[in-house]
Amino acid sequence: MINSLFLINPSGEIFLEKHWKSVVSRSVCDYFLEAKEKALEPEDVPPVIHTPHHYLISIYRDKLFFLSVIQTEVPPLFVIEFLHRVAEMIQDYFGECSETVVKDHMVMVYELLEEMLDNGFPLATESNVLKEMIRPPTILRSVVNTLTGTSNVGDTFPTGQLSTIPWRRAGVRYTNNEAYFDVVEEIDAILDQSGTTVFAEIQGVVEACVKLSGMPDLTLSFMNPRLLDDVSFHPCVRYKLWESERVLSFIPPDGNFTLMTYHVNAQNLVAIPVYVKQSISFFECGSDGRLDVTVGPKQTMGKTVEGVMVTVHLPKTILSINLTATQGSYTYDNGTKLLVWDIGKLNPQKLPNLRGSLSLQAGAPKPEENPSLNIDLNIQQLAISGLKVNRLDMFGEKYKPFKGVKYITKAGKFQVRT
Amino acid sequence: MEWANQLCENRQFGSKMTDSKYFTTTKKGEIFELKAELNSDKKEKKKEAVKKVIASMTVGKDVSALFPDVVNCMQTDNLELKKLVYLYLMNYAKSQPDMAIMAVNTFVKDCEDPNPLIRALAVRTMGCIRVDKITEYLCEPLRKCLKDEDPYVRKTAAVCVAKLHDINAQLVEDQGFLDTLKDLISDSNPMVVANAVAALSEIAESHPNSNLLDLNPQSINKLLTALNECTEWGQIFILDCLANYTPRDDRESQSICERVTPRLSHANSAVVLSAVKVLMKFMEMLPKDLDYYGTLLKKLAPPLVTLLSAEPELQYVALRNINLIVQKRPEILKHEMKVFFVKYNDPIYVKLEKLDIMIRLASQANIAQVLAELKEYATEVDVDFVRKAVRAIGRCAIKVEQSAERCVSTLLDLIQTKVNYVVQEAIVVIKDIFRKYPNKYESVIATLCENLDSLDEPEARAAMIWIVGEYAERIDNADELLESFLEGFHDESTQVQLQLLTAIVKLFLKKPTETQELVQQVLSLATQDSDNPDLRDRGYIYWRLLSTDPVAAKEVVLAEKPLISEETDLIEPTLLEELICHIGTLASVYHKPPSAFVEGSRGVMHKRLPARTESGEGTECPDVGNAAGGSAPEAAPSIIPSQGDLLGDLLNLDLAPPTTTGPTPSTSGMQMGGMDLLGGGLDSLLGGDIGGSPAMGAGFGAAPAVMPASLNAPVGGGLGDLFDLGGGVGMPMGAYIPPKTVWLPAMKAKGLEISGTFARRAGVIQMELVLTNKAMSVMTDFAIQFNRNSFGLAPAGPLQVLTPLGPNQTIEVSLPLSTVGPVMKMDPLNNLQVAVKNNIDVFYFSCQYPISMLFVEDGKMERQVFLATWKDIPNDNESQFQIQDCHLNSEAASNKLQGSNIFTIAKRTVEGQDMLYMSIKLSNGIWVLAELKVQAGNPNYTISLKCRAPEVSQCVFQCYEAVLKN
Repeated sequence: MINSLFLINPSGEIFLEKHWKSVVSRSVCDYFLEAKEKALEPEDVPPVIHTPHHYLISIYRDKLFFLSVIQTEVPPLFVIEFLHRVAEMIQDYFGECSETVVKDHMVMVYELLEEMLDNGFPLATESNVLKEMIRPPTILRSVVNTLTGTSNVGDTFPTGQLSTIPWRRAGVRYTNNEAYFDVVEEIDAILDQSGTTVFAEIQGVVEACVKLSGMPDLTLSFMNPRLLDDVSFHPCVRYKLWESERVLSFIPPDGNFTLMTYHVNAQNLVAIPVYVKQSISFFECGSDGRLDVTVGPKQTMGKTVEGVMVTVHLPKTILSINLTATQGSYTYDNGTKLLVWDIGKLNPQKLPNLRGSLSLQAGAPKPEENPSLNIDLNIQQLAISGLKVNRLDMFGEKYKPFKGVKYITKAGKFQVRT
Repeated sequence: MEWANQLCENRQFGSKMTDSKYFTTTKKGEIFELKAELNSDKKEKKKEAVKKVIASMTVGKDVSALFPDVVNCMQTDNLELKKLVYLYLMNYAKSQPDMAIMAVNTFVKDCEDPNPLIRALAVRTMGCIRVDKITEYLCEPLRKCLKDEDPYVRKTAAVCVAKLHDINAQLVEDQGFLDTLKDLISDSNPMVVANAVAALSEIAESHPNSNLLDLNPQSINKLLTALNECTEWGQIFILDCLANYTPRDDRESQSICERVTPRLSHANSAVVLSAVKVLMKFMEMLPKDLDYYGTLLKKLAPPLVTLLSAEPELQYVALRNINLIVQKRPEILKHEMKVFFVKYNDPIYVKLEKLDIMIRLASQANIAQVLAELKEYATEVDVDFVRKAVRAIGRCAIKVEQSAERCVSTLLDLIQTKVNYVVQEAIVVIKDIFRKYPNKYESVIATLCENLDSLDEPEARAAMIWIVGEYAERIDNADELLESFLEGFHDESTQVQLQLLTAIVKLFLKKPTETQELVQQVLSLATQDSDNPDLRDRGYIYWRLLSTDPVAAKEVVLAEKPLISEETDLIEPTLLEELICHIGTLASVYHKPPSAFVEGSRGVMHKRLPARTESGEGTECPDVGNAAGGSAPEAAPSIIPSQGDLLGDLLNLDLAPPTTTGPTPSTSGMQMGGMDLLGGGLDSLLGGDIGGSPAMGAGFGAAPAVMPASLNAPVGGGLGDLFDLGGGVGMPMGAYIPPKTVWLPAMKAKGLEISGTFARRAGVIQMELVLTNKAMSVMTDFAIQFNRNSFGLAPAGPLQVLTPLGPNQTIEVSLPLSTVGPVMKMDPLNNLQVAVKNNIDVFYFSCQYPISMLFVEDGKMERQVFLATWKDIPNDNESQFQIQDCHLNSEAASNKLQGSNIFTIAKRTVEGQDMLYMSIKLSNGIWVLAELKVQAGNPNYTISLKCRAPEVSQCVFQCYEAVLKN
């Protein structure tokens, strides 16, 4: 099982180590740092590294490396999932996951890690169980604690850990009972030069924020559940009922959680909300090129496309650029050759355009590679797959909760080739 | 003072109170100050001090000097303080074992505490203190906690058994904790069950032969019930454990599958993949015509696709596993090509894996899409990725015949880009296309020739030279082209030199009049001016061939070449089966069996897929090739697998004795660069040295001549036979593999240390090398060669060291060996002289291989034949040996020997003495017959060996000894 965990910042400095079995010298990280040196980008460091005596499994998240050391045959996905859980735990407790935050709460992070694994076996990874044992810091509490000497560690028994519904603690009480669901869909797509869809799919997720008293038993149904190709549920969802009736029946965890994720990959169902007309060309002789990009709405189901942003990795041999945008503004970093054009809201009457000249370094040959355009956007009040929540019912409790559903569509990995 | 410090701090961080305050005291007397605070009367001050100590510990500062002071704080009602002290204890107890004893009393007391949380905490912490003296005290509390009324305590105690086992395995066994742990599998609480399973699995890993997880239908039922109710992590443990079970029949298999299927919708990807493993394995037992089988296949695709939208690290592991699944059951994902399309911002490791799977899924139906994508990738930025994309186009051409033309024209387009590395890759793959579709695309040769000057990589140069030589008659200025290469002959790499030699000889045979001078020039360069033995040998052979019999030379050199097969890097079926059983593990990421790399699991049992209950020998064999490619895999006889860089077109065909009508042994197809020149051809000349191997062949009719062909024929059925031979005496044990020894110390090889051993795995002889770079500089360009040896061992492929070996790096390589190399009798017989080259120098060493790795799988002789042969071999050839101090009974001995392909044919018991009759067949067809006398209670065995080549007896005896004693 998991032997040790090291947290490493982008410059390769180890700023936290935790061992659940015998202590593994931090020199084992040298193998990792070596691989990191070799990789062009921090994202490119291979997640599984083999050293003479250990395996190093790492993730790169929030600009930090979470590196675990294992010695025996352990499912790598198990380790990777756990590492993501650690990152989420830090995010959850301290509001962000960063080196500063971890350093500020070093002892608490250490205590939390100790609760999360025992001998490398996961012990308590559910947020609500952890919070019962170690209370998250608030400014007020830490001041009070320092003055009065009370502690952050709960001495009550973590009831959730043993019940058959470990995700919910008993005795939850709210004055306002509310349940909100956000249906968030991301479009992953590759469009080719002519605008034809090479590949497109929708990754959907239903995020829930449930603040209900007692032990509510909820049933959420969709108008069109057959749309979904593959679904993954939070452990609270009763799978049998989904199989037979296509409804989500569950006793929710308290607070924020991801109820389900789903996948729509039937191409014809994936509407592409924008089109991009672009040309990036370089003259055969001389050291000049031109860039011309226009973005316009396509299948938007009558909604406004907002937050549109175009990102281009220009070729390395570019010396400088001189562009004009009819809408929004652009930034260009000559070090990373990253061009970002922030358009904002898309106006169908007046299509935004960015054009101008690119100059190459003197004597540099015509670039071989074609830069790709990555598009960002969001559309409020629309799930692009057409998924709609039908109704939410609550059993088991008497009060009337306040219910709400919100839809939003975003661009995921949305790429236009040139 | 303390307050002043903190106030300062607070100002610095605004009003935030953070742990960073614990790092502020950097004065010299830090430890001293902490000591004072730890001994303070004020509770709060104490706690703050312990926190400071822990904070220092987490960043790796040594605060072990405070041990007694921290332990003093342990006796407290404050749970947080207690936990903090425990944290400290776990870290430092090992370095201060005597002091740690002080804590024992508190632990023991806490294990009796009315609060289950405290009990669990105490037993959990005690297990983490890795000090022998403490573990002794742990036994009694642990025993109580394992039977505690509170499941939270039981579940913690279960893990504690695994901890204790890690520290002192013997103690755990003696105290009977393993049995208690086994009982916990039937616990009423699912969390306890899951932890018990996890603990047992971990213990079982270091005890491969123990029967810890004894699964039967009842316990399986318990596990399946617990599966629905335990945490996500528990589900992983339970699923992995289930995967080790072999259901009794297809109905049980189906019912387990039905209960596992819901796990495919779990949000935790590790749960999903473990469920996929169970299903992939148990599916094997379901009849294919069953409706449920089809349903299950359909259910597997969506979760696998969903894994690809997770974080990149998860994607990577998923892709490595999908690569296996696609090879085993291509039908699952055959319609999902598009999800493997590479995205611009995928990390490089994801891109490369996706590319691999795209080629595996390529078929006539989707080839147009795939090609369009590949062409797109060939213009990306990342050089490695671009190269692989170009190669992929070539592989598509070879795999999908209908697309070949389009692939070739795509490659030509890419050559027109004139991007150096693209051109070189394209030429290498076009050479492969020529070998697959001879006389079809030669019109492109002119275009290729235009790029001759830009080629600077050996592989591309060699490929180009091969093309010029092969099609010399169609290239007007072939002689000029080849001559231009000849100028820098000595600066070329061996690969290019060999190819150039062959190409010029081909040219000469095709256009003898104009090229006589050229051929003489190259022959003298190769034979007189070169110190490379391969080159020299090949040069001499050509020379002699040309001077003695030009017609024969023509037949040999210009022989029609075998076609290369479409799937190049398929995983060998036995290995694939084993890897399918290990889906989701590290083995599946590395595509190596766990025994090959996981430390401490030597002798792990090899897992196999269960057989279908209805006589399904035929269907068990994976039908990867014909599902996608559409060409019958039975066409094997004329097809040899192509290594990516196979240039060994040379003499592969004429190696096999002309009388052999059976398929060419596929091992010879793996030959590299024609190093096997002296192989079979000279076998008959030199074989005599070893003693009558040709005569042996005659003695047994045609058997030896035909049998080698099936040596490693990758047929599922054949494999089954192999395991059946034991006649149902339980699991066959693996072949004996001697421990690795250092063959070449770093002192003698400018910092390169080589150690290794030999193994026979699934019919393939492997040389397993560990290369360690103990020098200061990076080592690259590794290559290996063997001197001629008694049994014609030769590398069956290049030494695969793909990445440069940095200082202090170690790499494990396994090199498949063939037995069709040049033969020369060595002394001792099993001596092997090896040359290893790297960018620094060439190094020589010699090592001895256990002759047992030459024992082939079909070495079981018919009883009658055995009898006749035994009589037939003169008594002079019989040798007797004593094996001393061996405590196996005859059955165990026989099982053990069978693992190394020593087959017991008959057993006779005479006066309490077991006589075992055994046969062995060596890879060169020599048979060895043996009689082993085992007397109950007597540790000394007597063995008589009879063989027509008595020289081998000594070596065979050594093997017996090694196998039986290990």
